[in-house]
Amino acid sequence: MTAVDQSVIATLLNAWQYPFVRYALAVGILIALCSSLLGVTLVLKRFSFIGDGLSHVAFGAIAIASVLNLSNDMLFVLPATVCCAILLLVGGERAKIKGDAAIAMISVGSLAIGYLLMNMFSTSANISGDVCSTLFGSTAILTLSKSEVWLCTVLSMLVVVIFVLFYHKIFAVTFDENFARAVGTRAGAYNLLIAVVIAVIIVLAMNLVGSLLISALVIFPAISAMRVFKTFRAVTICSAAFSVVCAVSGILIAILADTPVGSTIVAVDMAGFALFALLGRLLAR
Amino acid sequence: MALISCENLTLGYDGKPILQGLNFTVNAGDYLCIVGENGSGKSTLMRTLLHLQPPMGGKITMGDGLTQDELGYLPQQTAWQQDFPASVREIVQSGCQGHCGLRPWYNKKEKALVAANLAKMGLTELQNRCYRELSGGQQQRVLLARALCATQKVLLLDEPVSGLDPLVTAEMYQLIADLNRSDGVAVIMISHDMGAALSYASHILHIGESIFFGTLDEYRQSEQGRRFAEADIADIAENGSEVTAR
Ligand SMILES: Nc1ncnc2c1ncn2[C@@H]1O[C@H](COP(=O)(O)OP(=O)(O)O)[C@@H](O)[C@H]1O
Ligand SMILES: [Mg+2]
Repeated sequence: MTAVDQSVIATLLNAWQYPFVRYALAVGILIALCSSLLGVTLVLKRFSFIGDGLSHVAFGAIAIASVLNLSNDMLFVLPATVCCAILLLVGGERAKIKGDAAIAMISVGSLAIGYLLMNMFSTSANISGDVCSTLFGSTAILTLSKSEVWLCTVLSMLVVVIFVLFYHKIFAVTFDENFARAVGTRAGAYNLLIAVVIAVIIVLAMNLVGSLLISALVIFPAISAMRVFKTFRAVTICSAAFSVVCAVSGILIAILADTPVGSTIVAVDMAGFALFALLGRLLAR
Repeated sequence: MALISCENLTLGYDGKPILQGLNFTVNAGDYLCIVGENGSGKSTLMRTLLHLQPPMGGKITMGDGLTQDELGYLPQQTAWQQDFPASVREIVQSGCQGHCGLRPWYNKKEKALVAANLAKMGLTELQNRCYRELSGGQQQRVLLARALCATQKVLLLDEPVSGLDPLVTAEMYQLIADLNRSDGVAVIMISHDMGAALSYASHILHIGESIFFGTLDEYRQSEQGRRFAEADIADIAENGSEVTAR
């Protein structure tokens, strides 16, 4: 064993002693798992822009929560984001205004208001540091309070359970909404369910990678898996595995190299995508 | 009593009618062809029958114990389905969703139905293949099998042969005719192909500036029938495959 190997192991063992590192890893795995599940639906239903818009809404909500000095900001951010998701989806179906334009307005508006509020009312000494970590995730390993760890765990479990229970329905509504409607599936209700679950995933994922990088966590696993696998089930399983592996490697690399967790995970996701794209090419031969 | 009857139906979008005064009935075992020019509202009619959009006026009644979720539908192809990762089996089985309610899995009966319809469409060997890698004709058979999982009573087919080559087109028509004759499935089909309409249909609904509904023989005698058939044949003679390519 070389000296480098030994120091790597020593660093990891040392880190493992701290409970918050173990929490971070556990929560990271759960969040990565559930954020990858709806990726295929999001990509194929052209919902990815809603996901992107919502992540900015979540940023605005965090700013408000921090101004209000809430002890657990997820309790405010979560309902606010879910409400926005419902509004965007239901409004988008009804309104004649182009959906993308409405989403762009809401998302840019939330960013601006969020930053404005933080600047005007924040009591923190390091505003730009706060803003930066809300946008890109915490600079060091993610530090969650015990109650936040619990909330994350429960919510991600809930997302996984809902996904498993409604798997066939999500498939039907994603593949062909008109057909599903025609044979009596309540597509509207399932679209709503999908939107709410996406909102929950976004709030969860924001803890891990920050609000600007969420889309990466949702989309990279799905498009990587779609390069190699060709059935819905295989793509779903593969993107879940892909996401978890990337998140774990990203967190470990972040500990070792002392880099920001969020962007490290996304960098690993990108590398994984490159690998799968290459693999897909080779298999297609 | 008829399976589906439409009285004085008005179709349209956003308060603007595109088709008015539509009256027709579909009985068990009928084979109704809907013909008319591009943009005359054939797909809109089908979407209205499926309750995907509300009628602007008039009434659609269903009889003979037919319920709304017993309509099988083969939509016009959409481009993005082409890169959806899904196996043949996954797609066909999604046709059973209407029977599932909130149950998260497919039960034995539904699985047997899926297997039977895969076999009927000659897809048993292909069931684990990826949908997007199949040929156009195979893809249409997959969607037909899915529609059959939803119903054994009425199939609504929106241009089921568009984009298929002549040989596969003939096979597809044969398959549909067999379903109609042997299994007694009522068929409502939109078609550009006058030849097929005249050789397979039992009833014709012609929509456009003037509306005609009646049996095939009545249509042959009618003014619209003669004019449209002649125009269509001339059209095919002139620009070859253009009509089927739309
Ligand atoms: N979603 C829509 N909103 C408004 N108008 C539409 C919509 N879809 C189709 N139309 C119009 O309705 C008419 C009939 O369309 P359609 O039913 O698709 O015709 P066909 O299937 O007979 O070619 C066309 O003039 C088309 O422009
Ligand atoms: Mg049409």
